[in-house]
Amino acid sequence: METRNIMIVGVGGQGTLLTSRILGGIAIHGGYDVKLSEVHGMAQRGGSVVTFVRYGDKVAEPIVEVGQADVLIAFERLEALRYIHYLKKDGVLVVNDQRMDPITVVTGVAEYPEHILEDMEKEHKLLKVKAMEEAKKLGNSRVFNIIVLGLAAKHMDFTKEDWLEVIKNTVPPKTVEINLKAFELGYTL
Amino acid sequence: MKEKKIMLGNEAIARGAYEAGVKVSAAYPGTPSTEISENMVQYKDSLYCEWSPNEKVATEVAIGASISGVRSMASMKHVGFNVAADPLYTAAYIGVNGGMVMIVADDPGMYSSQNEQDTRQIARAAQVPVLEPSDSAEAKEFTKLAFDYSEKYDTPVIVRTTTRLAHSQGLVELCDRVEVEDKPYEKNIAKNVMMPGNAIKRHVVVEKRMKDMAEDANSMDINVTEYNDTSIGIITSGIPYTYVKEAMPNASVLKLGMVHPLPRKQIEEFASKVDRLIIFEELEPVIEEQVKSWGIKAEGKELFTLQGEYSATMLRKNLLGIKQETKAAAQVPARPPILCPGCPHRSVFSVLKKLKIHAAGDIGCYTLGAVAPLSVVDTTICMGASISSLHGMEKGKGSDYVRDWVAVIGDSTFMHTGMNSLVNMVYNQGTGTVIILDNSTTGMTGHQDHAATGKTLQGDVTKAVNIPMFCKSIGIEHVYEINAFDLPELEKRIKEEVAREDISVIITKSPCVLLKSNHFTKKCKPLSEECKKCGACLKPGCPALTKNEDGTIDIDMTMCNGCGLCRQLCKFDAIEEVDA
Repeated sequence: METRNIMIVGVGGQGTLLTSRILGGIAIHGGYDVKLSEVHGMAQRGGSVVTFVRYGDKVAEPIVEVGQADVLIAFERLEALRYIHYLKKDGVLVVNDQRMDPITVVTGVAEYPEHILEDMEKEHKLLKVKAMEEAKKLGNSRVFNIIVLGLAAKHMDFTKEDWLEVIKNTVPPKTVEINLKAFELGYTL
Repeated sequence: MKEKKIMLGNEAIARGAYEAGVKVSAAYPGTPSTEISENMVQYKDSLYCEWSPNEKVATEVAIGASISGVRSMASMKHVGFNVAADPLYTAAYIGVNGGMVMIVADDPGMYSSQNEQDTRQIARAAQVPVLEPSDSAEAKEFTKLAFDYSEKYDTPVIVRTTTRLAHSQGLVELCDRVEVEDKPYEKNIAKNVMMPGNAIKRHVVVEKRMKDMAEDANSMDINVTEYNDTSIGIITSGIPYTYVKEAMPNASVLKLGMVHPLPRKQIEEFASKVDRLIIFEELEPVIEEQVKSWGIKAEGKELFTLQGEYSATMLRKNLLGIKQETKAAAQVPARPPILCPGCPHRSVFSVLKKLKIHAAGDIGCYTLGAVAPLSVVDTTICMGASISSLHGMEKGKGSDYVRDWVAVIGDSTFMHTGMNSLVNMVYNQGTGTVIILDNSTTGMTGHQDHAATGKTLQGDVTKAVNIPMFCKSIGIEHVYEINAFDLPELEKRIKEEVAREDISVIITKSPCVLLKSNHFTKKCKPLSEECKKCGACLKPGCPALTKNEDGTIDIDMTMCNGCGLCRQLCKFDAIEEVDA
């Protein structure tokens, strides 16, 4: 199989690392070679973060190049726009429809762009969910990322059962139930 | 079949050390090396691991363990390697008894560092061999091999990684631990006591060892030649090797597993068989300059930058001249890292900003105090430099000059090298004010314990260095502990101490908001009808606060940690405290 390129982008602290662990787990579960590349350290403190996941028969480099992502999972609108040029022409953007102002916007140095999703939708297949609101309804806002993952999962090479099993084995034991619920919610949207 | 597991590069290094029978591991946290030690802990039934206060100490712990006859390891980031350089240069002369390996993580692109130095240059200067893995599987294997080489050649061995390797995950095959028998300690003054008479003789040994290793390098399994299309031949190593395989799978490649010393004969043979020789190495032209010095025609930094990370795209563009049809990045507002909501540093910085006081800064989360809207931190150099550079300012310009300055340093950084600087300030009659931002952890690297937290890396409860008592014991009379969120007290104390013509230390205490032991019972909620739209609450730049279109403020309740800083800054009681 040709190597598949997935990216997860968001704001430090949004749980990109947990999501990438699950993606790594599902790729191994599927019997593929896999490489992931993450950002730790300073950038995680509320900065823009990106994680690359690549799986296939044999993976060389651990990063996804510009214009090569099959699926771009974005946990925030502005971050989706920041990395949209990584997405293949026929790639899928899966985005949490949420606005988080960066400090440059809060302090008035920059303006938060308008119509981000509408503009990107003109050029790419785009799936969106107000995952934070949905997660709150489930009773735990922190699982919003798993809802987004659930929505993205339909565009990847694994069955729902595979996903549920991997999530069960990856998330902290106490949070298995709520995470599985969150995934189901995203998957059935 | 052996079990395969997906592992971070750092996790794989820890596994390699475990499998190699390491008995002692020491480190100071530093991105991107931190997870090595964090992953050593799971093997604590088989080995000992510690956080040392700094990299020099960690390296000396490893040297001692090696001299005693067991396999030992010290891990650090590239700038920590500078701190460790002193013992390393001489450890190279002494050699080893039990194998000794240093893991050093470079940071091309400076994801989390203050400079972009290349470890291979220091290693060359110190005459110590360097291995460089290119993925997690090799990270484990090369770490094991490093111990074998260390004992075979009687030298410390460095395994060099980069951020991209350290923080990438890949599949790793697990093996069992090999219990290496402890070597007996035999007193050997000529080898282990480096005074001139002995060191002169050891230097001869070092030179011969490096020559021998360079010769043996020509037949080492980790220096691999792959002949394919010979119109272009690429010498590379580490993560850049994966970019070569991605962009040019048919090129001939000489992949160096050992990047110092170099296999000259192997390189000469490779060069003779390819039409065009390219050297593809991130950061400094370490391989390139040596190869060119042998009279071999090659291209390297003519094509590729000295800065940042490389990529497969860079190879296609700069070497093959392929222009890829890709969209340009959208022009979007930057999202730099910032202090977390509820961070106690923000509270202290808000007072410094109000009082218009300059801060000589240090290395840690609080470096982010330089970012707008706080913009309080004036300087950041290296670990511990806040206190000593403030002292230098005073000696340069006189004591009046530092009457609107403080040094700010975290508790972990203070234990690292800040203590030395403070002793110097006392000894040399400095009158500066030092603020120790004590959040009870090493924050930026992800919450590691240190000598003043009362807990070890292995999770044991231990004596905690008492920072105020330490300051008093070295002769400082004015030492104060203040809650980091007590704004009136902070303001009063900082004003007084900065004005005082004597050295003072203010320890602002409040645990890091991200510490798991921290439980928040309150949150802050805006009362829009009371809001006078003055913007005072927004000044410290808490990311949980945003301005509504009508000028009132909104607080994101999922982000707010209820620290109450904004509530204290509001003169109109327009922010209330509610239960979380």
